[in-house]
Amino acid sequence: MRIGIVALQGDVREHQTLLERLGVEVRWIRREEDLQGVEGVIFPGGESTTQRRLLKRSGLWDRLRAEIQDGLPAYGTCAGAILLSHVTDEEEGYGMNLLPVKIRRNAWGRQKESFEAPVRLVNEEKPFPGVFIRAPRIQDPGEAEVLGTLEDGEPVLVRKGHLMISTFHPELTEDLRIHQWFLKMVEEAYETEKS
Amino acid sequence: MTTRKEHGTWRLKVGLSEMLRGGVIMDVTTPEQAKIAEDAGAVAVMALERVPADIRKEGGVARMADPEIILRIMDAVSIPVMAKVRIGHFVEAQILEALGVDFIDESEVLTPADEEHHIDKHAFTVPFVCGARDLGEALRRIGEGAAMIRTKGEAGTGNVVEAVRHMRKIQAQIRELTTLPEEEVYARAKELRAPVELVRWVRDHGRLPVPNFAAGGIATPADAALMMQLGAESVFVGSGIFKSENPAARARAIVEAVAYYDQPDVLARISRGLGEPMKGLDIHELEEQELLQSRGW
Repeated sequence: MRIGIVALQGDVREHQTLLERLGVEVRWIRREEDLQGVEGVIFPGGESTTQRRLLKRSGLWDRLRAEIQDGLPAYGTCAGAILLSHVTDEEEGYGMNLLPVKIRRNAWGRQKESFEAPVRLVNEEKPFPGVFIRAPRIQDPGEAEVLGTLEDGEPVLVRKGHLMISTFHPELTEDLRIHQWFLKMVEEAYETEKS
Repeated sequence: MTTRKEHGTWRLKVGLSEMLRGGVIMDVTTPEQAKIAEDAGAVAVMALERVPADIRKEGGVARMADPEIILRIMDAVSIPVMAKVRIGHFVEAQILEALGVDFIDESEVLTPADEEHHIDKHAFTVPFVCGARDLGEALRRIGEGAAMIRTKGEAGTGNVVEAVRHMRKIQAQIRELTTLPEEEVYARAKELRAPVELVRWVRDHGRLPVPNFAAGGIATPADAALMMQLGAESVFVGSGIFKSENPAARARAIVEAVAYYDQPDVLARISRGLGEPMKGLDIHELEEQELLQSRGW
């Protein structure tokens, strides 16, 4: 399987390390032609303002948007989650509006409010180590399915169809479960396509 | 049930450094400049009273910026805001943490407040970045709790030569360490004057345990890409942007240069027509006591 990571800015290396541990071939996406043969794409953590400007300047914004609308599976963490969603505290069109999820940037506060907290995953006994860095908050998951919450029930990992977002950073931990889920999503997407 | 949260952990500190990778951190002195930096795609801004080139020119004791300036800059942008404190001045750091600054630079650009001790950075919730000229210095700062290292270079000169020297030195020392047998780790740690467990970590992983950024003299997109190709993971640009003829265009170009640091066709396109860069200084014209890089130990 070949997974692309949008590699214009952010914690690309951490995603790459986890994916390679799972036996996946990784491709950095910085130009449109890098998307050739990629079966799924990860939007990493970083600064969403920086990433979206570079995406726009490179033509990747429109291209990725079209490919994802066309069925390319995608997973976004933190800044990546913002870019895939509907952002409520910025001008219209700040995010790609690909997921019907309402999200707010830096909604926990500044760095000193960043936190680690256990995330409860659906159908999993063992909590997931949640790392929240200047994280956004999901205000309304809309029609998306909630796959992970904080202990007080706040949604932090949601999925709809071939799209998944988390407001935390699994790539900063050693826990591979959420990346495994994403790879399974990618497999399912291609099986449905074939059948 | 309420959520049990842990703040200020090592993972959160280094995590923020990781989020800034592949980006450009720009020095700004006003909310208007901060806005220009954010619009150009900066990953963070460094809020200052004076840029290093002016500190160098005006002389006197350089201190933490007035909190008023820092707060106005924090209000102007949504990206992380950093600010500088004097080496060893832990009260300036306490003040910046209370203001809610996202990252503190314990910086040789300001006049040191303590000539023997750096700040105990583990004692803070907010992460710190520190400058280094070689591996030993980098590991001493990490041992004290720095969550990011940057080369010192020679700030305020617009001359990249010292940043190159420091980056090459650190990378060469890391490469050399990776072949070191276990029994030689102790003597090397002593030689580097660095904690032995950090020296062993670098030997095993072939890199620093925190991101390693470049700073001190970067003035052009080509300078930024050079530092990235030499192994930097991001760049700080101080005087280089707002001391140039067209700050917005130069800032945008340097952001792109960091993203496409290894693609000369892109670098060629974005380097065109940016107007005059900052004038810059020849390092050899500076007197020994004018060098900022020799502050800190």
